[in-house]
Amino acid sequence: MSIRIFVPRDSAALALGADAVAHRILAEAARRKIEVSLVRNGSRGMLWLEPLVEVQTAAGRVAYGPVSIEDVSALFDANFHNGGKHTLSLGLTEELAYLKKQERLTFARVGITDPVSLDDYVSHEGYQGLRKALKMTDAAIVQQVTESGLRGRGGAAFPTGIKWQTVLNTPAAQKHIVCNADEGDSGTFADRMLMEGDPYVLIEGMTIAALAVGATQGYIYVRSEYPHAIKVLNEAIDIARNAGYLGLNVLNSGKGFELEVRKAAGAYVCGEETALLESLEGKRGIVRAKPPLPAISGLFGKPTVINNVISLASVPIILAKGAAYYKDYGMGRSRGTLPFQLAGNIKQGGLIEKAFGITLRELLYDYGGGSASGRKIKAVQVGGPLGSYLPESQWDTPLDYEAYTALWAVLGHGGIVVHDDTADLARLARYAMKFCAIESCGKCTPCRIGATRGVEVMDKIIAGQDRPAQIDLLRDLCDTMLNGSMCAMGGMTPYPVLSALNHFPKDFGLVNKDTAKGDHHA
Amino acid sequence: MSLAYDHMQIANILSLQQSRPGALLPILHDIQDALGYIPPDSVPQIATALNLSRAEVHGVITFYHHFHTTPPAQHTIQICCAEACQSRGAEQLVAHAEKKLGGRKQGDCSLKPVYCLGLCANSPAMMIDEELHAHVTPEKFDRLLKHLGENS
Repeated sequence: MSIRIFVPRDSAALALGADAVAHRILAEAARRKIEVSLVRNGSRGMLWLEPLVEVQTAAGRVAYGPVSIEDVSALFDANFHNGGKHTLSLGLTEELAYLKKQERLTFARVGITDPVSLDDYVSHEGYQGLRKALKMTDAAIVQQVTESGLRGRGGAAFPTGIKWQTVLNTPAAQKHIVCNADEGDSGTFADRMLMEGDPYVLIEGMTIAALAVGATQGYIYVRSEYPHAIKVLNEAIDIARNAGYLGLNVLNSGKGFELEVRKAAGAYVCGEETALLESLEGKRGIVRAKPPLPAISGLFGKPTVINNVISLASVPIILAKGAAYYKDYGMGRSRGTLPFQLAGNIKQGGLIEKAFGITLRELLYDYGGGSASGRKIKAVQVGGPLGSYLPESQWDTPLDYEAYTALWAVLGHGGIVVHDDTADLARLARYAMKFCAIESCGKCTPCRIGATRGVEVMDKIIAGQDRPAQIDLLRDLCDTMLNGSMCAMGGMTPYPVLSALNHFPKDFGLVNKDTAKGDHHA
Repeated sequence: MSLAYDHMQIANILSLQQSRPGALLPILHDIQDALGYIPPDSVPQIATALNLSRAEVHGVITFYHHFHTTPPAQHTIQICCAEACQSRGAEQLVAHAEKKLGGRKQGDCSLKPVYCLGLCANSPAMMIDEELHAHVTPEKFDRLLKHLGENS
């Protein structure tokens, strides 16, 4: 029997030379007349170890990493293809503490299976949720999702079941399922890893959503910066359609669901759901006023379920194992798990799926191993470019939607960006304003004009020009943006800006902390 | 004449795509994939096919960062400038890249910022044409640039 070797096809692994490593392994095996079958799996999420090469042994899969092409010959010399010891040996993959301590529900298969193998998917409990859903009424499916406590994983944390119920209750000849895969936040890569590592779970989740609300057409709107995810999804959709899991008659149920990938075009604001719908309709990605809600009048004016990748990909396990199983994880009103993404200046960056309630300190040190630079960690931005910077005094708060709201912070999509003590928070606050100015859709004045004025004010503060008055002006401007913007783009840019100002006043040239402590919300 | 050729190629793309719902973005992607950019001359042609005004088509092309209306350089280098890459020296990398590319011949390489390639745990990251690179140090940048020079 040939030896099974796994080399990830995940973008992070590719960016570190995984393709070259895979080619070298095949060439070296051929030269040594060793029969090898190579699987291009997703990433296990231990991204500092990429490219992480695994070999199937009788005891389980053993890991080696990070592997470069120069290591391949020596790995064969060390008999790695039979699990032999080498300086890059990491032991059994499943026993690695980083992975073993996780609670992988949504990411159960990512890194384990061949992403485009439907057989792999089905033999690893895939499509069990859909098979159950096909025996249930639409209302019963929605009820399971509601009872699971699942909330929108894209950042807004709106209860998924309630959204679906609204679409179910709105009669229409045509309804749509839209997956928001416009993952533009820095520090987030869970959507990408899932689409590249287990596309069928997203396809299954969207199919279940279609059954639940009576939709027949679905779209996955993927950012143009993710060409590999687009490729994997298109491959998987074709295979699923040919096998009868998509199309006019899903698994001979008499119900149809068609699915299509649409490529975005590099506008951050299209991650906002109404701008995304505009973009899908072929227009500029300009935010719509709400109401009407997309659930009532969404894509092409039809009732539309629009959910994030991780929300939809969490649905199959909820249907397969029941709402109670999923709800058992988590704390308070944050039920289930969140794939946290540890990024930036961190020694062991990667994806950590855990139940809500873990603390930032545990993630930063128990998993992350401290900063990559070896310097003291100064500030941590949670929830993407529109999330607050958290100082060390806040790192023991459990990661829970409500607990973070109470800190005037945002849990969002679970993206965590670490900065060491060389970071200048005034410059990062300026960047937040600049990013908003670049990416604003221009529909509302507080965001369009406010962000540009914000950059100017920050420039004056950084230059030490009339600081107290400029800081008053900055607070005033943030107040207008917070309360007057139409969507989160302008409405949440003040989170990184004001949290930086309030927690790191020295970086803004304020010596006495008290002078900086204004009212957060004012 | 290359202009006439473009028009024919665009006509083919339009006839394949124009009946899809929300066809404009897929059409613009296909044109840019085929020609490397979206010729401003093609705007009236696209508008007519989709029953849109020229202003609407122009508005869409200019709204999205991904679309451009002039032929691209031989190579496009995109360095991520978002927070996770900033925390690992993206600003220094951009400065280094600007200095290095200053010495190269015009039209050869264009340097653009990009806001997130989804490689945030392996920062700083960049993309050369379609190829992703992570943990990019100035030394690694020089190596990749040298390689690019040898291949072009």
